[in-house]
Amino acid sequence: MTPELRAGLKAGTSLILPTLLGGVSFGVLAQPVMGSVAPVVMSVFVFSGAAQFAALTVLATGGGALAAIAAGMLLNARWLPMGIAIGPFLKGGPVRRSLESVAIVDASFAMASRGDGTYDRDRLLGSTAPQFAAWSTGTLIGVLGGSVLGDPEALGLDAMFPAFFACLLFAELRDRVKATTAATGALIAFGLMPVTPAGIPVVAAACAALFGLRYRAVTA
Amino acid sequence: MTAVWVTIAVLAVGTFTSKAVGTLVLGGRDLPARALDVTALLAPALLAGLVIYETFGTDDGLAVDARAAGLVAAILAILARLPMFAVMLIAAAVAASLRAFS
Repeated sequence: MTPELRAGLKAGTSLILPTLLGGVSFGVLAQPVMGSVAPVVMSVFVFSGAAQFAALTVLATGGGALAAIAAGMLLNARWLPMGIAIGPFLKGGPVRRSLESVAIVDASFAMASRGDGTYDRDRLLGSTAPQFAAWSTGTLIGVLGGSVLGDPEALGLDAMFPAFFACLLFAELRDRVKATTAATGALIAFGLMPVTPAGIPVVAAACAALFGLRYRAVTA
Repeated sequence: MTAVWVTIAVLAVGTFTSKAVGTLVLGGRDLPARALDVTALLAPALLAGLVIYETFGTDDGLAVDARAAGLVAAILAILARLPMFAVMLIAAAVAASLRAFS
């Protein structure tokens, strides 16, 4: 096991509890709408929490498959810039590379970032493995009657995700250009949230990278 | 029920494709320096967006609730150089107590 793989596993392990309970809440909410098998299949094969919750919300409120797919795919749009950034650092032929790209999830993307524009494949895979196990297992528990476990929100577990991303963000803020980029990204997301469908604000925040580039060119 | 399975099948393929398209198009080619400049800034940009989205996001827009207090506590914990898991627990504890007492 490489040290990078171990570092990834360590970061992923710190997410097991919130991810597990996120999976439980997805399972609990999805069971009445989708039955007992479909939510677990979805967690294993879609493996994208935000997209799954978005699609579930649409289906639960009586929307059709098309609207549910559109809601989910809007949240998936952020995988495009992440996939382009990490893409060159995955290993093997096209099949193996595309299978490895499944490991791209928000937390692991950030963990894999070396800060200089390059990304570490081992950290990506190491960090995703525990999250994948926790997300699928959590969904199964939720479907089987996780409501007896109590309300994840009452335990404040939903507040663990922003805290986690804040940890990664602060580790990234190494210079003025990155701080300016982050502030711009935050402003874009905040400004768009009340007016656009879910998913758009995060993708639009990625455009702050271009602004940061421009800022560096001007101040250099 | 058909709608459920159609949604799952299309989202499974769609999620896979959106993750894989980058590596399939670029292959193992090294990114030019200019592109590395952009991908280096993608992490802080997307992370900032995610912090905002996970803190204030709701089904229909934006809300300031206990998660915001959790984030403030988390930032203070980060500045105090506490380890990641402690930061996350503090955020959860602050959000939970605020909800318990309101």
